[in-house]
Amino acid sequence: MKYVDDFRRRDIAQGLAAQIAAEVDPAREYAFMEFCGGHTHAIFRYGVQDLMPENLRFVHGPGCPVCVLPIARIDNAIELAERHGAIVCSYGDMMRVPASKKRSLIRAKAEGADIRMVYSTQDALRIARENPEREVVFFAIGFETTTPPTAVAIRQARAEGLENFSVFCNHVLTPSAIQHILQSPELREMGRVRIDGFLGPSHVSSIIGSAPYEYFAEEFQKPVVIAGFEPLDVMQSTLMLVRQVNEGRFEVENEYTRVVSREGNLKAQALVGEVFELRARFEWRGLGEVPFSALKIREEFAEYDAERRFALSESRGRDVKGCECPAILRGVKKPTDCKLFGTVCTPDNPQGSCMVSSEGSCAAYWSYGRFRIDRQRQGAREDAA
Amino acid sequence: MNAHRRFPTRLNLRRGRVDMTHGAGGRAMAQLIEEVFVRHFDNEMLRAMDDQAAFGVGAGRMVMATDGHVVSPLFFPGGDIGALAVHGTINDVAMAGARPLYLSAGFILEEGFPLADLERIVASMARAAGAAGVAVITGDTKVVERGKGDGVFITTTGIGLVPEGLDISAANARPGDKVLVSGHLGDHGVAIMSSRENLEFETAVVSDSAALHTLVADMVAAVPAIRSLRDPTRGGLAAALNEIAQSAGVGMRLDEAAIPIRPEVEAACELLGLDPLYVANEGKLVAICPADEAERLLAAMRAHPLGADAAIIGEVVADDMGFVTMETGFGGTRIVDWLAGEQLPRIC
Repeated sequence: MKYVDDFRRRDIAQGLAAQIAAEVDPAREYAFMEFCGGHTHAIFRYGVQDLMPENLRFVHGPGCPVCVLPIARIDNAIELAERHGAIVCSYGDMMRVPASKKRSLIRAKAEGADIRMVYSTQDALRIARENPEREVVFFAIGFETTTPPTAVAIRQARAEGLENFSVFCNHVLTPSAIQHILQSPELREMGRVRIDGFLGPSHVSSIIGSAPYEYFAEEFQKPVVIAGFEPLDVMQSTLMLVRQVNEGRFEVENEYTRVVSREGNLKAQALVGEVFELRARFEWRGLGEVPFSALKIREEFAEYDAERRFALSESRGRDVKGCECPAILRGVKKPTDCKLFGTVCTPDNPQGSCMVSSEGSCAAYWSYGRFRIDRQRQGAREDAA
Repeated sequence: MNAHRRFPTRLNLRRGRVDMTHGAGGRAMAQLIEEVFVRHFDNEMLRAMDDQAAFGVGAGRMVMATDGHVVSPLFFPGGDIGALAVHGTINDVAMAGARPLYLSAGFILEEGFPLADLERIVASMARAAGAAGVAVITGDTKVVERGKGDGVFITTTGIGLVPEGLDISAANARPGDKVLVSGHLGDHGVAIMSSRENLEFETAVVSDSAALHTLVADMVAAVPAIRSLRDPTRGGLAAALNEIAQSAGVGMRLDEAAIPIRPEVEAACELLGLDPLYVANEGKLVAICPADEAERLLAAMRAHPLGADAAIIGEVVADDMGFVTMETGFGGTRIVDWLAGEQLPRIC
């Protein structure tokens, strides 16, 4: 753990906190969006917000892979198991995300659907090998980080002649989502949300590199700092953003140089390019239809594409009434602005996707930070009385 | 050849398997009981072969606890389901400060389960019970059809006697009290995970499965004013502390840097995306005691082999919201919440 502990050292954190406090301009507010749920998680788990000055806040972005998947796609995954009799293999995060009609993968499993939690695409391939008489579908989700392993699995299935394996592809792309947020009317015209800069993705950037962010840093005049997921990375990157804002710069800077290069992982990019191509449009929960924001499996690998292999219904999934996940994912609302937060919606009984995954901002607020909110509410009640 | 033997041939404990007759109440079941259970658990009360065990009790407060065990895999680094079934129930009894006296054991066996594995498990239970000085004095065996169980499930019940003058309960925690743990957290859960079929990874971590009653005896002898004891099994330290906070109507404030966690456990959790505070233990306890007795209690714990790495990790605070919060090693504050959903099924 030595190598991890070094990125969580208290003395360095205190030093950085003092530095940020000294450099922020007290006359202005700083709002930085951390795109990734991994950053949200680190901010809450280590109490990073406690170390920040009053006028600097983090706006939580949509970078939680399970949060942004529309309900209809989860309905389709359940359909694959129930109507088509397939063994559906899913990453654990996905199991409890609400689908239509108060269902979820874990409830469908309890009702008899053959849905299995896997830790990697290799587990899914193993299950396909062990069950040659059954259809096995891997429910592929995630940003650029989880895409290369899915590409490897598809190539491996072809090399092995594994005829019962296919992939239900839901891989999405980070830069197009950030750009979409920056173009949203809430940000551009109505001015309801202010974002002064971005903490850029860490693991995603290890694959795609830092170059893809250069376009919109320039176009939208917002600084981006690629930040690692450790709490010290977050603090160091925040300091770099503060400096850019103070100096009126809007550049792509890379704090996470120990992993991320400008070009990224070319081998992984080539692999992804071989197996996948861009979808013209894809629906994101919270963001709606985003052009060229997701991947589909290329024609050459059509037999491994569950969407081509099985007839899937056009489910029109609906979010639970009152759930503010869409606005929370855009950074327009905070979890505490949602009426369901902490009342009917908790991690034990999630109504929306943001409350499920540890990367979701509602779950992070609830699990690590709600004592602040409840204390404030309690204080307000006592003041009123 | 042996006219006194009730069964003409012995059970084939090397290659035989459990079949439906072993639970049917006939001669086969009697033979299984005699040649496996009674042979290993051997004691007078069991040998009497009655439907119940009879024993006298002293004056005082008795406690009783029961615990079902469904762990998968059955054998794991540092233990097996048998030893776990003994330790788990002894610990539940001991968390009242009680001296455990007797255990019962109920077995649900799956048709086809190898007798060799069953014997290995029963022998391990007998060793664990013998080492703890607690006899298994009554039991039950059922067999379910193949596919209806998962090898073997074991339920144990224990009773114990609470020494005069103790009043240990989760509801007794008071603001200002100190919170102690007896050693490194998360070992059991990580050992189980490392041996799961779809998760196998190399680690030197072994389960901490152990009977804690002698540690408890030393602790209550040194500090009879202990308020609360809990063994943080499923849900880990987080669940144990939230349970205490809820029963007592108090909050807690922990110091992350003081919580003992092995680097290997921390690394495995980091890799699997787990939080060690939520990972199960089977040989650790959490104690709450008045602040001015905390150092004495800590010394008593450290003097016992099962408490050598004990530490004071925080304190009880007044908080009618019942929050367990923690100052992170990083200097911020977070909640240590109840576990939501499940971290990993069938850990004990």
